[in-house]
Amino acid sequence: MRRSSANRGLSRSHADDIRLWRSVSPWGVGLLVVAGLALPFAMSDFQSSVAVYAGIAAIAGIGLNLLTGFTGQVSLGHAAFLGVGAYTAAYLGTELELPLVVWLPGAALAGGLVGGVIGPFALRLRGNYLAIVTIGLVFIAQYVFESWTSVTGGLNGRSVTSPTEVGPVDVEGLEVFGRTLTRDQGWFYLVWLLVGFVALTTKNLVRSRVGLAMQAVRDRDRAAEAIGVRLARYKVLAFVLSSSLGAAAGALHASYQRFIHPSEFSLYLSITYIAIIGVGGIGIVFGGVVGALFITAIPRLIEEISPSIPFVSTGTGDDGFITVFSLNQAIFGLLIITFLVLEPRGLAAMWLRVRLYFRAWPFSY
Amino acid sequence: MTDFLQLTFAGLALGARYALVALGFVVIYKATGVINFAQGAFVALGAYLAFNFHQTWGIPFFLAVVMAVLAGALIGAGTERAVLHRMVGRPVFAVIMITVGILFVLNEVITWIWGQSSLNLGDPWGQDKVTVGDVVLPVRDLWTLVLAGLVLTGFFAFFRYSSLGLAMRAAAMDQEAAMARGVDVKLVFTLSWAIAAGVAALAGITLAAGPAALSPGIWLIALAAFPAMILGGLDSPAGAVVGGLVIGVVQTLTAGYQPDDVPWLGESFYVIMPYVLMIVVLMVRPYGLFGTKEVQRL
Repeated sequence: MRRSSANRGLSRSHADDIRLWRSVSPWGVGLLVVAGLALPFAMSDFQSSVAVYAGIAAIAGIGLNLLTGFTGQVSLGHAAFLGVGAYTAAYLGTELELPLVVWLPGAALAGGLVGGVIGPFALRLRGNYLAIVTIGLVFIAQYVFESWTSVTGGLNGRSVTSPTEVGPVDVEGLEVFGRTLTRDQGWFYLVWLLVGFVALTTKNLVRSRVGLAMQAVRDRDRAAEAIGVRLARYKVLAFVLSSSLGAAAGALHASYQRFIHPSEFSLYLSITYIAIIGVGGIGIVFGGVVGALFITAIPRLIEEISPSIPFVSTGTGDDGFITVFSLNQAIFGLLIITFLVLEPRGLAAMWLRVRLYFRAWPFSY
Repeated sequence: MTDFLQLTFAGLALGARYALVALGFVVIYKATGVINFAQGAFVALGAYLAFNFHQTWGIPFFLAVVMAVLAGALIGAGTERAVLHRMVGRPVFAVIMITVGILFVLNEVITWIWGQSSLNLGDPWGQDKVTVGDVVLPVRDLWTLVLAGLVLTGFFAFFRYSSLGLAMRAAAMDQEAAMARGVDVKLVFTLSWAIAAGVAALAGITLAAGPAALSPGIWLIALAAFPAMILGGLDSPAGAVVGGLVIGVVQTLTAGYQPDDVPWLGESFYVIMPYVLMIVVLMVRPYGLFGTKEVQRL
């Protein structure tokens, strides 16, 4: 069905109302897919690996957005779920040598279970109290990761050598036109295929009855309850979905990086995820992906160009010099400040505003 | 028994520091409704400023402490004026993220200026100890309690009796009504940041006292002060003090007894004890011990 350009963005019928995208043509999607398929060939292995990490962050970011952006439950505990997923995948894949089709869903399931256990606790708490309690969750999870040495390797960390075959195809040695792809290229396809799947599913979910209920809980939970939304069910469900996506991302992270250490799943990681959805766009599925790309790519970019910035030392910090790590942190902080002062609703909102401007042109709104 | 008294005293001293940091959280939260993640950076900043005044510039220690607290407060107020002022009325979530950004920036500025290595604050207390009965009390901890006590009394007197304190309480209760009555709410915001940064600075100084105890990592105390704040109730200054002391004592007692008595919990369980305690208390009282219950309407 083709709409006249005057109607673009306006809902005129039920069919319009339930469209997944209001303004994207099949051509645009096709172009995006082709570009995605071609991208690994245009990128260096380093760039591919940055893209893989960004994709992993996007999956967890979409998960957190579902909980925080769509259900309104601010959680600083996402790192704990990534950790659960990472260690579950390490155990299933490396110890028990189960294939990818088992360890990835297994990790998501484990994350979902933990989220389902913790969700009911969160029912009693609201707003800021919940946010701080989830900080506690991160510390407790980290303590478990450090202490349960038989599975996690404790403070020595552990290596992860999980199998990466999907059926007859090995992600780490894909062959296209007789040419074997590098590990990073293979992972790029796997991860971004999953990002596409997760984003599409989530986008559909938030338009469904379940998603609308979640958003009602976010906007005013008592009013939602009064019109028949079961608070407990949807809050816990949001926790379960968000933590299983987080855990799946953790599983991918562990297997791609081949090594994990408890210190990775710290409050810092949780804050990074909050930054990802904050900078990307709260309550916009697309925002999780944009934020992940931005937040993951910026530090790597700074690392790349740091040798040419004065006062930056690559060694340990001497007086008057700033290490690459420090510079990264400082710039990360500055970016968060600048972005949110300029557009508190995030990058995706910026995009939506620009799009709206052109759609409504020549009128200002 | 001696052990118990010893640990309790150490716990109170630790708790006094938590109380100072938590009070800073509460003051800002009451005034602006924002949880200030940058509080930890002000803890470290205060300690490093005291180091700079005392060790680098040779100012007498106690004067340096006063100057560091004032300078910390000034920087806190400046941060509010420069950044957070623009965010009044914006989504709280964005404002909180901005305080996280400030934390990152300030922490790196600190390591940039003073380096990563541990430093000597050069306090006059060092490792000195006083013995009362069988209990050995470090002088450092005694002074911590005295200083924290003074500052907390000063704060509560200011909050209760001064007209500015009254303005702060009025603004916390109802911003618009306070404005209509001529309260300068902007001043209240700035002032609350100044107070928060000032008490954080004092917490940092007492924490950094002792040999080579000043390192950039001391900002982490702010994370342990979260449970103290939540335990007492987010919007209760008195609750912050009680919460701080309770968390401090429970944590040191756990560190003292748990490894022998409950060994299966692991060796450093005391590190996460504040969070466990916080979660348990919140399950029973979702708004902390003294927090205001949120009244909800449809």
